[in-house]
Amino acid sequence: MMVHVLDIAIGGLLTGGIFALIAVGFGLQYGVARVLNIAHGEFIMLGAFCAWTLFTKAGITPLFSMLLCGPFFFFVGFVIYRVLYSPLRTFSESPAVFEGNSMLASFGLLFVVQNIGLIIWGAPVKGYTYLAFPINILGAVFSANRIVTLIVSVILGSAFYLFLVSTRTGKAIRAAAQDAGAAELMGVRINRVLALCFGLGAMMAVLGGLLLSMTSIMLTPVMGMPYTLIAIIVVVLGGLGNIKGSFIGGFILGYVGYVVSSVQPGLSMVAYYAIFLFLLLVRRMGLLGK
Amino acid sequence: MKSIGPRYRSAVILAALLILLVGLPGYVPSSSYAIILITNILMYVVMAESWTIFSGPTGYISLAPAAFFGVGVYASAILGDVLPLPLVILIGGIAAFILAFLVGSATLRLKGMYFTMFTFGLVELVRNLVHWWEVNITGTVGRLIASEDPLTVFYSMVAIFLAVLFASYLMGRSRFGLALQSIGESEEAAAHSGVNVNRVKAVTFGVSAFFMGLTGATMCWRWSYIDPTTAFNIQYSFMPVLMAIFGGMGHPYGPVIGAAVFSLLEEVLTTKFPYYYMLTFGLIMIIVIIFLPHGLEGAIERWRKAGSRRGAVEVPYDVGKT
Repeated sequence: MMVHVLDIAIGGLLTGGIFALIAVGFGLQYGVARVLNIAHGEFIMLGAFCAWTLFTKAGITPLFSMLLCGPFFFFVGFVIYRVLYSPLRTFSESPAVFEGNSMLASFGLLFVVQNIGLIIWGAPVKGYTYLAFPINILGAVFSANRIVTLIVSVILGSAFYLFLVSTRTGKAIRAAAQDAGAAELMGVRINRVLALCFGLGAMMAVLGGLLLSMTSIMLTPVMGMPYTLIAIIVVVLGGLGNIKGSFIGGFILGYVGYVVSSVQPGLSMVAYYAIFLFLLLVRRMGLLGK
Repeated sequence: MKSIGPRYRSAVILAALLILLVGLPGYVPSSSYAIILITNILMYVVMAESWTIFSGPTGYISLAPAAFFGVGVYASAILGDVLPLPLVILIGGIAAFILAFLVGSATLRLKGMYFTMFTFGLVELVRNLVHWWEVNITGTVGRLIASEDPLTVFYSMVAIFLAVLFASYLMGRSRFGLALQSIGESEEAAAHSGVNVNRVKAVTFGVSAFFMGLTGATMCWRWSYIDPTTAFNIQYSFMPVLMAIFGGMGHPYGPVIGAAVFSLLEEVLTTKFPYYYMLTFGLIMIIVIIFLPHGLEGAIERWRKAGSRRGAVEVPYDVGKT
């Protein structure tokens, strides 16, 4: 019994770590940059496949390839925002119209990224094993790679939180999250800050995907969609534009997913959706919102 | 076209199209590639057009077409052996209507993006539920289907196509349609003028889903085997939306053109370069959204307006209005 409780306590935490990271990235893109990025999951896929390629072809360990892929995809995301969403933001007559248009454009992005993935890596399922030895925590057994993913996502999450609260750029991001128009009037270079948020969001998705691929899951170029859905639910759970809320929400959803799938495998998506429905109908500001 | 007034022009084009469609099997063998190709085009046309019935005037972007399509497919797969074909198709449509009406009544009070997120998840939810039901209750995932004659499928798609055109024509003319448009322009003003906002939205959402259900129930007979992944394929959500936006939603012919162009392109390119086709598709989408926010139809209307001084009807709809 004790072991079972421990199993759930730690297992949920491990699942939640990656969810939190993915959701913080999505939250930056939607909560601040106002892009409902349906292609978020595709960046997770890119991260997972970069890790696979670097590990199986070049022998670079996934933890090290995070250092290579993170900055690279931050840059990619930054450029995508500048090329695609900045003009769209200028053309759209109101923020609401921009939200609709940017979501539709992110559909286009989804098709582009997913099919680039299919062209490069092909449809067959891939995978690799890394740090797969078991670790025994007071009787509950987990593989080492999952524990590493939790540690790394907590480090990344805390580092990002420090960045938000203690730097000038972080302050600009928080200001843009509250009111992009007002922030611009206060001298924030809004297009750069929003592009920064989109880039950071892409980076976190890629890093999340990298960590995810370490946990011996099956990799295919079409794997992204469920993670986009999870990110959406977590961001609604934490409250839109609330970065801390997204991080905590990720762990909550991780627990729900872990508990439900240990009782009734196959229904975890249904459980996520039930939470989502409840939130949308009863507490639209999110569980942690004011 | 000067001799024919603009009011009759669309009627003439429609009649010509209809004669071509109905007469087509007279010129080609009934199991030929042409029949299958046009059935496929009609499928996308109906999906895009029925999506526009609800999302065009209101501006709510629904990403749930695959859920309603899949419900139709499953209705057909389960009841196909027991009941006559037209009844089975009708039940598929009604099941989709009921699902959409319930979901719509619960969620259409939400503002734009929340509704979009919700419908996005609906497809995954229904697919997961059906999968779970198959694993735990029926014991097998997927089921075999006795395929119908391609000609039967073709004619029922033609019938559904006509029905959806008629429905979108009515939406532009009727009292109900006017109420829907007033909701799209200002929900609050519509409510104050005595429109039962939530009911009108939920019913229209249901009607649009009804046609998707009919389509799913019909197209089911093209396959010999279905499982939740093929029936609830998220592409059936994405493609109609993108086709409708590409075609433009100011006039019923917009989505028809958008869907016809893309499904033809798909036929030509998918077999040889599937990934490049989808990649190009994504790029075109991005370009259209940035440079042609009212789609092909919007561009054509603008061009006609500039050419003749007659003055085209103002497009009442902005993509993504919340």
